[in-house]
Amino acid sequence: MDDVLQLKNVSKTFGEVSALHDVNFHVGKNEVVGLLGDNGAGKSTLVKIITGYYRPDAGGEMYWKGKKVDHLSVPMARDLGIEVVYQERALADQQTLWRNIFLGREISNGWGLLDIKGMRTETKKLMSTVMGFTSSAVTPESTVGTFSGGERQGVAITRALYFEAELIILDEPTMGLSLSETKKCLDFVAGIKAAGKSCIFIDHNIFHVYPVVDRIVVLDRGTIAGQYMKNELTLDELLDRLYRVAQTGNLEQNNSQPGEMKNGENK
Amino acid sequence: MNATLEAKPLSPVAKGNPFSRFFRRWALQIALTIVAILIWGFFLWRAPTTFKSYNIYNSLMLTTPFFALMAIPLTLVIIIKEIDLSFPSVMAWGVAAYELVYTPTHNVWLGFIACLLAGLVAGLLNGMIIVKLGIPSLIATIGTQYLWRGVVMISTNGQGSGMVEVKNTLLYPLLTGQLFQKIPMEFIWVLILGLIAWFFLNKHKFGAHVYLSGDNADSARLMGVNVDRTKIIAFCLVGLVAAFAGFMVSESLLFFWPTMGDGYLLNTLASVFLGGTSVFGGTGTIYGTVIGAFVIAIIQPGIVASGWLAYWTQLIYGFIIVVSVALQAVLRRRFI
Repeated sequence: MDDVLQLKNVSKTFGEVSALHDVNFHVGKNEVVGLLGDNGAGKSTLVKIITGYYRPDAGGEMYWKGKKVDHLSVPMARDLGIEVVYQERALADQQTLWRNIFLGREISNGWGLLDIKGMRTETKKLMSTVMGFTSSAVTPESTVGTFSGGERQGVAITRALYFEAELIILDEPTMGLSLSETKKCLDFVAGIKAAGKSCIFIDHNIFHVYPVVDRIVVLDRGTIAGQYMKNELTLDELLDRLYRVAQTGNLEQNNSQPGEMKNGENK
Repeated sequence: MNATLEAKPLSPVAKGNPFSRFFRRWALQIALTIVAILIWGFFLWRAPTTFKSYNIYNSLMLTTPFFALMAIPLTLVIIIKEIDLSFPSVMAWGVAAYELVYTPTHNVWLGFIACLLAGLVAGLLNGMIIVKLGIPSLIATIGTQYLWRGVVMISTNGQGSGMVEVKNTLLYPLLTGQLFQKIPMEFIWVLILGLIAWFFLNKHKFGAHVYLSGDNADSARLMGVNVDRTKIIAFCLVGLVAAFAGFMVSESLLFFWPTMGDGYLLNTLASVFLGGTSVFGGTGTIYGTVIGAFVIAIIQPGIVASGWLAYWTQLIYGFIIVVSVALQAVLRRRFI
């Protein structure tokens, strides 16, 4: 098994509501997994379990590179190398660019004193190398609330990249982006693959997901409705199945078992 | 990774010039400083005899600290997007705790430590109720405001007590003495506390987390900031400083009134809001709060010395709070 991440029988209930039910999910090394599903399918819940924000219900197990992980917390997940790029809201609007880049992971000494100069210099470097901010109007001291949607997503993505994550999770990164910005964002996903990292790419938009992923996992109403290697089916076939699952809860026409593996775990 | 995102110039003001950038960034602080100078100049013009003598400044430095001190940690709480209304009662509760310890032990220092601890406990209680039970701080601290006042009334039987004993200890010159026979120690403490708070807010991880928690608590949590702990610490600081300020007030009068603290709520809050700390959270400065406190403080003597009725002060305080909060709402819409 060459999985970076593996979830076994993970469930999550909020009071009466079952958000995830017995989910088995894995991400291989250097694999880009597209996670598809309607609103409320449980995508975000699954992500938040992987990042340690939610605790799964008792009985679920999580493995990181083959080792069992218990009581995962957000800082622990980050230490493991799991990095999330959330939708826009991941930025603190009234704070400066450098404070956002180092949000929650400020460079500081043992006494908690910030290395402000160091963080500014790093931010400046990242701005010209990764983010491509060339205008002199934007400095590490600029407030991110004044940025456009694409610029903000760029900040969030740069943040993930800077901290050298092993597994980068993109939670609807193309939402609210213009066409050219979306293209850049997808380039970034391809870049993750090229850099030898793994990625979970979550999106509503199948047209964004399909070109850049290796495998597609479809979530429906808290369970895995099916998963496909990309080379097994065309975009049109996938579209048909997604419409079907939205209406009937089944991916296959012949009403086969939902959650049935189309491909073995032959990654 | 050759993905580049086009950056458009944000606004003409922000372009290039480091001077205009500096001005833009500190616009609120600069504006406040100008307003302070204008108000002072106005009173200097209306009541020259009063405002040309040193006495008025000495008395301002003596009395302003009683609420300026509390306004400093309160700034942190408001940056975090919470509020604390209980500190006037905590002032009295701190000194009541002092009395409770001093009466049997006759040890002033022990009493002083009890006073600070009592403030800390009151702050901790606020923080726990708000963070762990998720009760809005506005409601929770109205509750604890009555709670602590009640505790004080019961423990003192509603009666004041003398504090002459403090006079024989180092605490007396340290808290209420005069530096070089000219500058009240109360004022020095505002500077000390202001500097400490400024340092932690701007140069320390704690301060970074204060701003982030107030700006976007969700994202701060998602990125691993312990928002709850940051909030609790901020409330603890308000409690601690309120007790300290309470002790200072009683010590300067050498008498403790169980009703002490009433009347400090409005001007403390006004100092913070006038100082440019946003009620929407995420922004605010210690510099603004300290200047704000002195603007608030100068208004009452200024009005009286200019020959108007003192009744105008409340109206002006209220006006200041409403205008500065409204201004923040407008600025917020403009820039975000």
